Amino acid sequence: METTKLQLLKDKANRAMGINPSDALISKTYMFIAFAALLLGGILGLTQGLEKAGLITLPEWLTYYQVLTAHGFLLVIVLTAFFTIGYFYAGLSHTLGGLLPKVRTMAWIGFSLKIIGFPLVVVPVLLNDATVLYTFYPPMAASPWFYIGLVFIVLGVWMCAFGAFVQVASWRKRNKGQHVPILAFFATGVFVLLFFGSIGVTIEVLTIIPWAFGWTDTINVMVSRTLFWSFAHTLVNIWYLTAASAWYVIVPKVIGGRRFSDVLTRFVIIALVITNIPGGFHHQIIDPGISLAIKFMHVFMSLVISVPSMMTAYAMFSVFERRGRELGGRGLIGWFKRMPWGDVRFLAPFIAMAAFIPGGAGGIVQSTNQLNQVVHNTMWVVGHFHLTVGTTVMLTFFGISYWLIPYISKRVLTPKINKLGVITTIIWTVGMALMSISMHTVGLLGAPRRTSYTTYGDSATAASWDPYIIVLAIGGTLLMIGVILQAYAVFHLMFRAPKGETEFPIADVEENASETPYWTERWGRTIFLMLLLIAMAYVIPLVDMIVNAPPGSPPFRTW
Amino acid sequence: MKLKMHRYEEIWLLIGCGLLIVFMLITGYQTFAREMGPPSGNQKIDWRKVDQTAPFDKPGLRQTGDNEYEAVIILEAFGFTPSNIEIPAGATVKFILTSKDIVHGFEIAGTNVNAMVPPGYVQEITQKFSKPGEYLVLCNEYCGIGHQMMSTFITVI
Repeated sequence: METTKLQLLKDKANRAMGINPSDALISKTYMFIAFAALLLGGILGLTQGLEKAGLITLPEWLTYYQVLTAHGFLLVIVLTAFFTIGYFYAGLSHTLGGLLPKVRTMAWIGFSLKIIGFPLVVVPVLLNDATVLYTFYPPMAASPWFYIGLVFIVLGVWMCAFGAFVQVASWRKRNKGQHVPILAFFATGVFVLLFFGSIGVTIEVLTIIPWAFGWTDTINVMVSRTLFWSFAHTLVNIWYLTAASAWYVIVPKVIGGRRFSDVLTRFVIIALVITNIPGGFHHQIIDPGISLAIKFMHVFMSLVISVPSMMTAYAMFSVFERRGRELGGRGLIGWFKRMPWGDVRFLAPFIAMAAFIPGGAGGIVQSTNQLNQVVHNTMWVVGHFHLTVGTTVMLTFFGISYWLIPYISKRVLTPKINKLGVITTIIWTVGMALMSISMHTVGLLGAPRRTSYTTYGDSATAASWDPYIIVLAIGGTLLMIGVILQAYAVFHLMFRAPKGETEFPIADVEENASETPYWTERWGRTIFLMLLLIAMAYVIPLVDMIVNAPPGSPPFRTW
Repeated sequence: MKLKMHRYEEIWLLIGCGLLIVFMLITGYQTFAREMGPPSGNQKIDWRKVDQTAPFDKPGLRQTGDNEYEAVIILEAFGFTPSNIEIPAGATVKFILTSKDIVHGFEIAGTNVNAMVPPGYVQEITQKFSKPGEYLVLCNEYCGIGHQMMSTFITVI
């Protein structure tokens, strides 16, 4: 009883006075690293785009593939992981009445593990000892230290996931029978996926390390690929779920409205957690050694993930329409004009959502047998993830940064920085549109991904791709400007903006909402269903790949 | 357990899920009835003995029927054996592929030929070449420092 009262008091203080400084420091540090990675990864991305277009030549000591490895690693591992953790830890602190001291410790241990792992990964890449790209498909083998670095990073992420579980479990114990606040519910879903989704790749890396050291002779190539994709596609859906948390919870508040049905929101999260991990298989649709029946089942397993996304699309526009009509918008689209277009905290995530319409449709194309065959490993795929991750996820993260960074730094967003944010969003949108459209098109024409500048023996076909690659490079240049402006805004809001209190915007549930049923809180059941689906998806093909394996492969170094 | 949805949301989801089912039906029909499924060769091979294992001991083009051919091709960093194949227009070619080292990709730009070729497996994919011309064949899976040079041509005459 005493502790509950104390907690209530703490909750109140938390809301009134903003974030606890020790909690703020955690999120601030994670955000700093995230946007530093964006800056560095962006520079590498531009370098790569210009090289691919044949506009620049890289020096002897730095190859296109090294740049590509580092670009991928910084943006899809460092930026996204650090942002997700920094954002959700601030959310847990805010909605669950401050982080527990032991959770803070866990966040810092997790941070240290990642920081130990970081140079172990980056130094071999710089030394050209790990030019294996971030997919590191065996039997190409990097320096063993590269993989050891990856293990440290995964352990660091797990530590943060466990920290979040401890925090949520402790809140539930103190608030028996109550629903976990919605943002913490999203965080739980994300960290459950992060943990279970990375088990496969951890097993893969743990078999690679002794092999890369030469302690074991051979490795099973197909099993490694399968374990890798069980993780990597889950990862992109984790970022998507993180972005969706801001759409459902934050954006409605920014526009002054209320959030969509609580029960449907929680249902979407649960559905995404259950269905996500098997989705990775569609990356192997044109692989040998997997039967057509298994592949067909996996088309279904991938397409199913789009159902919660369709629910999200409906939810978002429903929230916007309701608010637009409240503000006096009339007719079929009148409400649409009432949205706060000049507010970067709305504009950026809105464009992010809009980009997910073609992004999601492209995803359906890619996960379908015969259509995948047309675009697999072409620039189309690169266009796809620059649209989904580069636009949908990134613009949402940018939108979040304009209130989250001031919130954790006890500063305020000035109209000037807001305006800068709007400009950045527009530059980003134009840059990504140029880049993504040209990538999709040239991919359909057959241009392969992950290939440095080449004329393919003066092939006329390859020459016909050049104009698209030039447009791609122009888009990349615009994005570089966007990266610089965004990084400036973040560091300004962190260290220079005027002092003050910024609100953590969390929308209330709709009026006369019906009671959310308690089954949504049964995470044990959700995880059980998730594991059941994973078993259905992976047991048969993995057993087949192991039992009927061809001779294994020793390490190769081909760069 | 009840999820209360707005009428419009139910309609929206019904249309969406209906489309997915139609998608699945078309994909399934094409895959299983029309044999248009993605390349899924299931034969294993000792990648260390590719040169001594049939049919890769004699890589090249072989006629198997009326304007039907088999092309046995070995992929290794950074090239195709044999390279520069010539085939008559209208020919249907079954490509039989394997890798001697790491994971490669086999793509013929401007066609639907696209298959992963990891070591230890024999991958198969068939294509009919109706239009004469020079087709660019390339590796579309990063395979090392010479990846961008791993290409050849198929000339259809």
